Amino acid sequence: MKNIFTVAPSPHVHSNDSTQKIMYRVVYAMLPLLAWSVFVFGLDALRVTLIAVVASLAFEYLIQKFLLKVKPTITDGSALITGILLSFNVPSNLPWWIIIIGALAAIGIAKLSFGGLGGNIFNPALVGRVFLLISFPVQMTSWPVNIKSGIDAVTAATPLGIIKESTSIADALNSLPSITDMLIGNTGGSLGEISAILIILGGLYMLWKKVITWHIPVAVIATVAIIASIFWLINPDVYINPAYQVLSGGLMLGAVFMATDMVTSPMTPKGQIIFGVGIGLITISIRMFGAYPEGISFAILIMNAFTPLINNYVKPKRFGGK
Amino acid sequence: MLKTFNLGGVHPPENKLSADKKIENLPLPKTVFIPVAQHIGAPASPVVKRGDEVKVGQVIAQSSGFVSTNIHSSVSGKVKKVDVSADSSGYSKQGIFIDVAGDEWLEEIDRTEELVKEFNLDGSEIVKKIQEAGIVGLGGATFPTHVKLVPPKGMKAEVLLLNGVECEPYLTSDHRLMLEKADEIMVGIQLLMKSLQVNKAVIGIENNKPDAIQLLTEKAKNYQGVSVVALKVQYPQGGEKQLINAVTGKEVPSGALPIAVGAVVSNVGTAFAVYEAVQKNKPLFERVVTVTGKGVSKPSNFRVRVGTATSELVEAAGGLPENTGKVISGGPMMGRAIPSLDVPVTKGTSGILLMQEEESKRGEVLNCIRCARCVSVCPMGLEPYLLMTLGEKNIFDRAEDERVMDCIECGSCSFTCPSHRPLLDYIRYGKGKVGQIIRSRK
Repeated sequence: MKNIFTVAPSPHVHSNDSTQKIMYRVVYAMLPLLAWSVFVFGLDALRVTLIAVVASLAFEYLIQKFLLKVKPTITDGSALITGILLSFNVPSNLPWWIIIIGALAAIGIAKLSFGGLGGNIFNPALVGRVFLLISFPVQMTSWPVNIKSGIDAVTAATPLGIIKESTSIADALNSLPSITDMLIGNTGGSLGEISAILIILGGLYMLWKKVITWHIPVAVIATVAIIASIFWLINPDVYINPAYQVLSGGLMLGAVFMATDMVTSPMTPKGQIIFGVGIGLITISIRMFGAYPEGISFAILIMNAFTPLINNYVKPKRFGGK
Repeated sequence: MLKTFNLGGVHPPENKLSADKKIENLPLPKTVFIPVAQHIGAPASPVVKRGDEVKVGQVIAQSSGFVSTNIHSSVSGKVKKVDVSADSSGYSKQGIFIDVAGDEWLEEIDRTEELVKEFNLDGSEIVKKIQEAGIVGLGGATFPTHVKLVPPKGMKAEVLLLNGVECEPYLTSDHRLMLEKADEIMVGIQLLMKSLQVNKAVIGIENNKPDAIQLLTEKAKNYQGVSVVALKVQYPQGGEKQLINAVTGKEVPSGALPIAVGAVVSNVGTAFAVYEAVQKNKPLFERVVTVTGKGVSKPSNFRVRVGTATSELVEAAGGLPENTGKVISGGPMMGRAIPSLDVPVTKGTSGILLMQEEESKRGEVLNCIRCARCVSVCPMGLEPYLLMTLGEKNIFDRAEDERVMDCIECGSCSFTCPSHRPLLDYIRYGKGKVGQIIRSRK
């Protein structure tokens, strides 16, 4: 008998890592945040996340199967991430139909119309969020009270809202939660953005599992902290102290979980730092001088648009110089 | 901190199954097929014809230029025919078929095991003997050694680097040789140093071979100018440019040869072949080959005559496992998949790896998720995802600008890609095309 073997070019072994494994590592990193949001906002938080996840998976399946006529890829974990992230970026009392519209914008417009996973230019969850923020500004900015805070009310302002609306910093500081509360996540806001400690924990897990590198989160947070410090040092009566800038709003969530989205961020460490610094600058500019209290979503989307340009000009360090 | 190269790299499972297996002589085959092109450069021209009686060590094909080399008979017997047959490339190549009769060696070859340390040849005499003995780089690249030993005009070698890295998973032939022929390798190094007129030689060995590091460090004390450096285990450290970088910290400029930074790199197996050629008058007609794989019942290291069919080695290692799906000549990262077991062992065959059916299949190709792992593991600082796209879309001028020709084809990108994208396949295609374009300009 003459043996005929498989012939293929090298390499003949593979690392055994897969796209799916990477996606599920991101999901694991987000689970503590999900648990915390249920703890502070009640079952409403779980309701929002479930609707967002089911809608994202359903839109991915239906559009791929019937509109694009390709093999659905809902098991790869990416639509699951989009669904969870979308829910992390909205208040827990958001009506169900608005969440579904957000999922359609995220999966249908931002992801599948660009060719699906890997083809999208903009972070799908953020496109969904910004779509909703512009279309439903009232519902998207009425923040339910954190049930652990003991405040007797239905809705309350977020820390960033307080800063934006206050007449002076002294006035704002009176109503702002303490730094400790903001670190732990004992404040109001979108589902996933409130606990800085759990966000950092998730980030460390992703670093350990090599899903992300440190460059983007550090660049974003450092840029915001440095600019905020400069303004604060110049005039602490007009500008809030940098700890509040870093810990409030979606900055931590955005820097760790959304700016690091591998599909929409640059390929080289140098490019990632430029990208992160850009996000930091745009965020702080919108917060200080813009109409919206928060700017991280816009900042990430704007820098997403620059990613191909950054990839084109910022090359890795070549072996052998030049 | 152990030294290693500065950019990229991966760490595939080592699987050195045959590391503690002594080198055994493979029984003589009944017939051999000795290809005339076993090296980079022009194929040798046959000087025997059908019916000729040949002895072991006799020249049967003559070097046909400076970048070419002699081919010697590995057996004694009668030339059956000069014809074509498939070599490890899968293509039919010219070669010489010999029916083996007895084992009669040329008289001038010293067959004793006795170590011959002294020599009083000058550099050019050593190079001449190396050239006549048909020695090529035994790490797998098979570049004629005598060419490396004559630096281009105006360039001067400063240091000789010995590659004892063996960074390919599974392979152990160099490891065993270092353990069993340490003194011979040292003398070979002295000969290479003399021919290059350098007084410094460094042997680089990865830290997963502590016994070889210890033994060679001990031996090196008796040989002037030779030292051993332990390196962190990191693939592709055995790449010439990576080894130079790991040991000396220098980077060979893009498109240049190692001599541009004063280095000449040789494999430890080559140093041993040089010793045999110069001190024992023995041309290169046999080498150590690792036969291994997860299903192999007796992973082994064999001393094999060039031209022996792969099937003989597989038989000696316990036979072909039932579920063998792929047979690799070389290691799993850079080796070649061979279509059948008739393919002969040549000067560049460092191992035969039998892969099981389930290991032989590639994963489903998915979309690129821009995770940048290919960029971060590339030891040449290239962007494999981009080079693949440029190859796919036939955009060769841009591929050239993005330095596709710097690719050393180590396969780290394809190894690491979570979407199983065939990065290296398209990069090789692009390299081939860009190479044609560059040559057509001249």
